[in-house]
Amino acid sequence: MSIDIDTARKVAHLARIAVKEEDLPALAGELSAVLNFMEQLNEVDVEGVEPMTSVTPMRLKRRQDVVTDGGMADRILSNAPDAREGFFAVPKVVE
Amino acid sequence: MTNLNELTIADARDLLRKGEATAVDLTMACLTAMDAGDELNAFVHKTPDIALDRARAADLRIKAGDAPAMCGIPVGIKDVYCTKGVLSQAASNVLKGFRPEYESTVTQNLADAGAVMLGKLNMDEFAMGSTNEHSCYGAAVNPWRRDGDDTPLTPGGSSGGSAAAVAADLCLAATGTDTGGSIRQPAAFTGIVGIKPTYGRCSRWGVIAYASSLDQAGPMTKSVRDAAIMLGAMAGHDPKDSTSADIPVPDFEAMLTGDIRGKKIGIPREYRIEGLPAEIAAIWDRGTAMLKDAGAEIVDISLPHTKYALPAYYVVAPAEASSNLARYDGVRYGHRAKLSQGDGITEMYEKTRAEGFGHEVQRRVMIGTYVLSAGFYDAYYNRARKVRALIKRDFENVFADGIDAILAPISPSAAFGLGDVADSDPVAMYLNDVFTVTLNLAGLPGVAVPVGLNAQGLPLGLQLIGRPWEEGDLLNHAYVLEQAAGFVSKPGKWW
Repeated sequence: MSIDIDTARKVAHLARIAVKEEDLPALAGELSAVLNFMEQLNEVDVEGVEPMTSVTPMRLKRRQDVVTDGGMADRILSNAPDAREGFFAVPKVVE
Repeated sequence: MTNLNELTIADARDLLRKGEATAVDLTMACLTAMDAGDELNAFVHKTPDIALDRARAADLRIKAGDAPAMCGIPVGIKDVYCTKGVLSQAASNVLKGFRPEYESTVTQNLADAGAVMLGKLNMDEFAMGSTNEHSCYGAAVNPWRRDGDDTPLTPGGSSGGSAAAVAADLCLAATGTDTGGSIRQPAAFTGIVGIKPTYGRCSRWGVIAYASSLDQAGPMTKSVRDAAIMLGAMAGHDPKDSTSADIPVPDFEAMLTGDIRGKKIGIPREYRIEGLPAEIAAIWDRGTAMLKDAGAEIVDISLPHTKYALPAYYVVAPAEASSNLARYDGVRYGHRAKLSQGDGITEMYEKTRAEGFGHEVQRRVMIGTYVLSAGFYDAYYNRARKVRALIKRDFENVFADGIDAILAPISPSAAFGLGDVADSDPVAMYLNDVFTVTLNLAGLPGVAVPVGLNAQGLPLGLQLIGRPWEEGDLLNHAYVLEQAAGFVSKPGKWW
């Protein structure tokens, strides 16, 4: 499986990482090398094997769906690059 | 007398309890060593004030007479652990300036046990790497050098700062995390002990996530006994991590009997890969002979899907990473890119992540994005998860056949030079992890033990792999190997 430049551009966009046009060929090459390495997985007979979903066979604990904590907006915002009036501030999303 | 910073946890504990040293003395000795060790670039955020406060509190507890084993022990904390009010960046520019408002469960457990935090330790960004070169702080440097050669060597990764700090006696022990070998490989490269516990033994809460189904916290120490002591303090059920196991934590130290007579040690033939360097094969054979001399039965075993562990890992781990790292969007914490006129929220995400993530992290996030994208999910991600199930089954089969522990190499080489593995060749870089990723995929515990030096005077280690939840028995095997190997070498001090 080889990744072309258009696919590399698309993957970068899906990952929300800006990649300069001139860097796309190198990126496509690196991604292709990794994917070629993964092709080995096609040698394995996985007929009838269930995909592994949990590492240890345990039932996840359940809990009541209730509020257990809160009332600390200032602490939650303390690391925000831009916080105003108790909210995270972002560029305008709706025209 | 040995300098206080050179002590093991066990020896320091005994001195503290006898009143022959104080936690403040120990901490001062480590703070001095830490400052003198700046060339190693191991400690990246120092917290001397917190350390001295905790040391004074520990001395009061010790005087009161019921202090736990870790009380007053100075340790370093890998930068991936969130520590309240102290920079926690996972060595990433995207988390520049991040001071968590909360403490990870593992570091809280250590603090509750009285351990003294000296500071935060270097690592590969988001724990992605095997050399500690992928760090916003620059590479940590291995205190070991080849005989008669001052080429700077990698301490391994991702927990390279932890390994360098422990090996250079800047602290008594350190925390690491292991997603694909990040505790065991740096431990081997620096001649120390490190255990990756069973998945679920230590809480992942507050540990900055790389690949959630593989990540596991563990101690990096100067001896197997210390690993047993420190793991006991780190482990335990945590309701805040739904994958944390609700089972009792035994007294691991009490399980170090030194007796493995009649135990069955598996030697997996698939690990004898083509091109395995002679020095690695030789140390493996020596380790095997040591366990045999200790009365264990050596059994040739097969783990047939071993070859596929690395490609499966490099599908599963990036897939989980691409999802976990989606949270770094420049909104809630860390870096936000400066925007140009007319830039909207998409440009903010894309520029922030391009500026904040290093090259290897970008690459893994994009690989993960690709293998999870429509049309490729089944071909890559689901297939990798099926292969993962087969790898786990391989281990279950040999354990069902009565194998108690598996002895294997950790890395295809001793520590190598910084810059020796080209960043542009990711597959060559990933091959470092060929012996370590298998047990992360299977969720099993594994411990690295230093066994000897190579011809150039660099440490070589071996790993023992155990049954799930039987870290105590595994550590006892490691203890026997440690005693037989008698590894006492230390790096010559050049820093």
